[in-house]
Amino acid sequence: MSASILYGLCSAVLVGLGLFGLITHPQPLRKILAFNLIGSGVFLLFGVVARRGAAAGFGGDPVPQALVITGLVVAFASTALAVALLLRLFQEIGRATLRSDD
Amino acid sequence: MAFDVVLAVLVLGVSIWTVTARDTFAAVVGFVAFGLLVALVWVRLAAPDVALTEAALGSGLTGGLLLGASTRLAHAEPTAAGEQPGAILRLAVAAICTVVSAGLAALVLLLPEPAPTLAPQVAENIAATGLRNPVTAVLMAFRAIDTLLEVIVLLLALLGMWSLAPDRLWGGSPGQRHHVDLDSALSFAAQLLVPVGILVGIHIFWVGSVGPGGEFQGATILAAMWILTRMAGLVDMPPVSRRWLRLVLVAGPAVFFAIGLAGFAIAGAFLAYPASYAKLLILAIEIPVTLSIAATLALLVAGPPERALQR
Repeated sequence: MSASILYGLCSAVLVGLGLFGLITHPQPLRKILAFNLIGSGVFLLFGVVARRGAAAGFGGDPVPQALVITGLVVAFASTALAVALLLRLFQEIGRATLRSDD
Repeated sequence: MAFDVVLAVLVLGVSIWTVTARDTFAAVVGFVAFGLLVALVWVRLAAPDVALTEAALGSGLTGGLLLGASTRLAHAEPTAAGEQPGAILRLAVAAICTVVSAGLAALVLLLPEPAPTLAPQVAENIAATGLRNPVTAVLMAFRAIDTLLEVIVLLLALLGMWSLAPDRLWGGSPGQRHHVDLDSALSFAAQLLVPVGILVGIHIFWVGSVGPGGEFQGATILAAMWILTRMAGLVDMPPVSRRWLRLVLVAGPAVFFAIGLAGFAIAGAFLAYPASYAKLLILAIEIPVTLSIAATLALLVAGPPERALQR
């Protein structure tokens, strides 16, 4: 088994773990964390695909690598926006929860 | 290979900690460690440019943002913890997530052979861009439209965040003022580190044309230096309605878009560069874009305005 396959399996587990955290954690901040874990897993999958595409003297296919850099920046922006929404919710209702039944 | 196995086990261990830790603060600390380990994985996957971005942005800035949020929400967490779903539901979710992971794992094992790649095309055409780092060439030339849209998405995220401010605070300064003793270790560290950090940021940006680095990595370091001086109480965040601040924020995307439009006239397509001065044009885009991204990232970490505008 090559190193890139190993990291590919690792990223598959990361996506599952993140999905589990996203669904089961009641705290929104933990959901944001779990969402970032899913993101890391998806980005690593891209990395594995890029590594397998090594050719023409490059260690990996630069196109998916560049896409991941774009993705990381957008993931940061959406995390920052999500955190701001959460803090505002906390300011407004004094609780940080997504429960709507009361 | 042994190193890869240890690294993969560490990554999985820390990610399990991030999901299962009881305390949110501990989970966030786990996430920062996770980001640094993933940066190492990127090095092992022969993607040093991504490794730099992951370490600076994925682990550093995101970690700082989440640590700040978790301390502010520390009192709100216990009430939410009582809403944990029951054991049966969690088992069912675990089963579904296992299926998702297994499906992805099967895809990884069944990836097509030989692997499809665009590397030869990049190698063939990279000379026309005047750059030597293939990732920067993809970001700034071959897929420049992605980068342009991304810079605009960053601005939209910032606008969305500012819109969360209550009306009376609109246009004010983000975050609380940090009052720090100027003789403290933090302020001393900031005074010592920031000039060096700014140089490192500019260097990382500059070498991006020939080696690992580029505008996103450099901009993240510059943003981190701004955040550090603010945390140390050396500077305060300006009110977000300042005209110079808004000019810095839009300068990058505006120049990028203008040069993109000029491509119609000088090279026959949007965002096309004539080969003779492609590198010059790319540099003319990258310098304002780096400054805009740095300012946007720092303001995204600072949050929406929380203090009324002083008149």
